[in-house]
Amino acid sequence: MPKNPLTEPVANLRLDPSPRGLDIFLSGRLDSHGVALVWDQATKAARDARHEVSIDLSGVDYLDGAGAALLTRLALHARENQARFTMQGLAPDFQAMVDMYDMDALDADSERKDECSGLITGTGRLAAETWSNMRDLVAFVGEASYALFSALLHPGRVRWKDVITTCEKAGFNALPIIALMGFLIGLIMAFQSAIPLQRFGADIYVADFLGIALSRELGPLITAILLTGRSGSAFAAEIGTMKVNEEVNALITMGLNPVRFLAVPRVLGAVLVTPVLTVFFNLFALVGGALVIRSFGYPVTTYLAHVQNSTHTGDVLGGLFKAMVFAVLVAGIGCQRGLNTAKGASAVGESTTSSVVSGLVLITVSDGIMAVIFYALGI
Amino acid sequence: MLEPTPISSMNNETVIKVDNLTAAYGDFVVMENVSFEVNQGEVFVILGGSGCGKSTLLKHLIGLKDPAQGTILILDDDMGAASTEERNAILRRIGVMYQSSALFGSMSLIENVILPMEEFTNLPMEAMDIIARLKLSLVGLTGFEHHLPAELSGGMQKRAAIARAMALDPSILFLDEPSAGLDPVTSAGLDQLILSLRDSLGITFVIVTHELDSIYTIADRVIMLDRRAKTIIAQGAPKVLRDTSDNPWVRQFFQREPE
Repeated sequence: MPKNPLTEPVANLRLDPSPRGLDIFLSGRLDSHGVALVWDQATKAARDARHEVSIDLSGVDYLDGAGAALLTRLALHARENQARFTMQGLAPDFQAMVDMYDMDALDADSERKDECSGLITGTGRLAAETWSNMRDLVAFVGEASYALFSALLHPGRVRWKDVITTCEKAGFNALPIIALMGFLIGLIMAFQSAIPLQRFGADIYVADFLGIALSRELGPLITAILLTGRSGSAFAAEIGTMKVNEEVNALITMGLNPVRFLAVPRVLGAVLVTPVLTVFFNLFALVGGALVIRSFGYPVTTYLAHVQNSTHTGDVLGGLFKAMVFAVLVAGIGCQRGLNTAKGASAVGESTTSSVVSGLVLITVSDGIMAVIFYALGI
Repeated sequence: MLEPTPISSMNNETVIKVDNLTAAYGDFVVMENVSFEVNQGEVFVILGGSGCGKSTLLKHLIGLKDPAQGTILILDDDMGAASTEERNAILRRIGVMYQSSALFGSMSLIENVILPMEEFTNLPMEAMDIIARLKLSLVGLTGFEHHLPAELSGGMQKRAAIARAMALDPSILFLDEPSAGLDPVTSAGLDQLILSLRDSLGITFVIVTHELDSIYTIADRVIMLDRRAKTIIAQGAPKVLRDTSDNPWVRQFFQREPE
């Protein structure tokens, strides 16, 4: 057996058209390299041939699937032109191999599935998909709320070990990135707003602005966005893979509710750690702000006094409440998308993407709703 | 001018030579002093109970894992010493069917079969399409070319995986537990397929399995690994081993006795 097919002599083709038809002489190695060289010329000639196509293969010293495919194609062209097709000179070993392949399999051209459907079909399919997605989501919200409330009523039935694992993965392990983001965003915001304010001599009010903006809005929001990217997606991928591997089915047949078993510990864990992460975020953002204010020539004590005066307990508590709501939404949608994963590796990717996108949308929408409610309540 | 070709004629050309192989995960030695040869056109079965290292041995043979000690020659090339490029050239001449068939779920069957050809040959699309259809018809999947793997039964997925493994006309096909999870009828069909591919295309098969029935039908030669001995405890034709081996572990395996 030759070691490297590339260095071996490749296939040769000689065409000999005559009034009564076409003679094709093939020789050399009819493997994928050889066939690639002669394919176009040979099939074109056979397509134009009439009456009789005869192939001489006595010079062939190797033939594999690619060679068999070439012979099949030539025979089919001859059949289409109602020409007589003859093949001779092929070594018996190779002949046996060519016979293995079923040429008629190609005639029964299987229907290619209609992938690109019309606008109306597409719209209908999309609507049906959206509808069933909504239904699944509503069902999940119901099931998850029930499971969460029963977890509160029977804390002993919660899988606290999983809750703690989630706290570690989604909380403790996120501290470095939260601290870094907080510090940088505090620094940038303080710097960007201090420059225009400085023209009015109001640059110290950056402290007031930072305190309110962080505690009411930015702290919970950016923490939740980080949670979506870091943990919501991880929940979806983890549970989605479990779904693909039928582990979720295994839970169901053991009589364990996957929502209670998989979703509740993750949601609880996320709810527990997100306020803490928010506090950390705010703290580091204030440090970043302090650095800018200090560089503008104010003492840190003035900065702290301004922050203290402007930011009320209500602002901070409201912000932490928001963070908890975001955590429920982000962790919940991550688990829901995971549990809704279809079959296959690409389905896991789709659920992960969808968990992040839906998580971000939910955060923004619920943030708007809460802003209105807080305003109405005067918080 | 016509060089003698080994197709469909059994001869004693060695295509795999394993010499004094030691396989280990870190410090944990799975097997040591494993040596054997596989000849061209043979159906060679790696046998043994769970945890004896069958799949580990297979991973070594197909280059997914490097030997801790010893050498493996595939088609006269040393997998361990080969450069990445040489290694890829060897890998192009072997085909592997994984236990879970490992078809790409986002591609139809025919796209799965065409993929390796697209990457490694210059064939025109029309040619690859015909080759892929021929391969699929060979494993009895005509009419399912444009189905996704998830739409097929387990047995059909395995056969499609064989078709994909054969896309580049390999000299050696490695099958990991081909009949695991299949019904006896489908499994027997798979055995027939293996034998007919060997007879007509001259493909050498290396099969990891513990299905006794299928071993008697297809195997020319078996080697048997054991978890306790950590090496080959028997080799030869399966029926001969069953009837003549005096190793208690070998007898236990063939008689299906519990430990």
